[in-house]
Amino acid sequence: MELETVVRLLEAEVLSRDGDRNQDARSGAAADLMSDVLVYASPDSVLLTGLIHPQVVRTAEMAGILAIVFVRGKHPPAETVRLAEEIGIPLFSTRYTMYEACGRLYKAGLDGTGPCTSYDRPE
Amino acid sequence: MTDSASVEGSRLQELVYELKIEQVMRRSVITIPPQASLRAFKELLRQERISGTPVVEDGRLVGIISLEDLIKALEEGEMDALVCEKMTRHVETLYADELVMQAVGRMAQFGFGRFPVVDRSGELVGILTRGDIIRGLLQRLEVDYHEEEIRRHRASHIFEDIVSDRTSLILRYHVQAHDFARGGDASSKIKRAMERLGGNPTITRRVGVAAFEAEMNLLIHTDHGGEMAVEMQPDQVRITVTDEGPGIPDVEEAMRPGFSTAPEWIREMGFGAGMGLLNIHKCADGMDLASKVGEGTVLEIWFHIPSPVPTENGEEDLL
Repeated sequence: MELETVVRLLEAEVLSRDGDRNQDARSGAAADLMSDVLVYASPDSVLLTGLIHPQVVRTAEMAGILAIVFVRGKHPPAETVRLAEEIGIPLFSTRYTMYEACGRLYKAGLDGTGPCTSYDRPE
Repeated sequence: MTDSASVEGSRLQELVYELKIEQVMRRSVITIPPQASLRAFKELLRQERISGTPVVEDGRLVGIISLEDLIKALEEGEMDALVCEKMTRHVETLYADELVMQAVGRMAQFGFGRFPVVDRSGELVGILTRGDIIRGLLQRLEVDYHEEEIRRHRASHIFEDIVSDRTSLILRYHVQAHDFARGGDASSKIKRAMERLGGNPTITRRVGVAAFEAEMNLLIHTDHGGEMAVEMQPDQVRITVTDEGPGIPDVEEAMRPGFSTAPEWIREMGFGAGMGLLNIHKCADGMDLASKVGEGTVLEIWFHIPSPVPTENGEEDLL
């Protein structure tokens, strides 16, 4: 799904300059736990989150996340935007809740990555 | 299949499903009229260095003729025949707005190497060969070519340009304790270095994620921060993370999913969920954790880099 479509479906505000919105997101991921993003998110996904500090962008960079959407109308501090622009990760803000933002993208065909291996029980 | 081959493979696969025939076909089509002689056809093949052409009369596609037809006629001593007598009349065509994937399927189905491309009104608009498909795919794979690629190109030759019995590049980073604002700086640089050295994207991501987890551990848990030393070699990457305390009392317990001693403030930031060491283990090809309370911790993480698969030289073979 093109990022442009993500923006349209979430009626999102574009927060960072120069992001290429023709890029194609292969899946979606949603978390307020960055540890989970690092373990479970797959490359080239859109990350939906309620956290806005710069380490969200660092986490996204390391996990190969394509773009970040802040839910519940949150706006990140300037350092977060600066870092994202430096790395080239587009940032968006939507007024929808995490639940509804995910639902809108999923309904429009943006998949998740299927069941994941749980690490909290012995293999 | 190596990780890099599978990543490249999947990108190629995607392109085959995304690209339309009109995006890769050749638009200037060399054609021949049906009343031309086979000698004229032979001359055309020689001049244009092609091996076949659509036969067109008044803009309408009436047949297709190839080198094979010419050889057959030559064997039978019929070089004075006309193109319309030796051409194939029933022509399999492709529509310009069909996907490249459909062209690939038709090529496999009929065994033809060349398809005239028509629009929906039946007018000839182009021609598609296997070579055109390959050229189109390669061009699309290259669209992201920019300055970074040039830097990468330079850096990726370090291991070839500098000769020794065993060359390695060592990068050292100091990580401050509790300096959350700069958390991830070192890992970001490590990842960038991997990219510039030409590391394959999947391994680069694994190295990046593992390094980030280790860096956050230094930041969150140590008294005075620590050092990350990354040793890059053509066949492996090894990260050694050392600190001077406080040390881990029970390494086995620390490895248990969800076990965490992270303070509340770091959890509020979305970190410290007790998954870090486990995730490092998951990303790396191997890890070794040694710790002594009061002395410090040494974490070694390593990644194997599969040797690149030599490629047979390109287009001719594929054609």
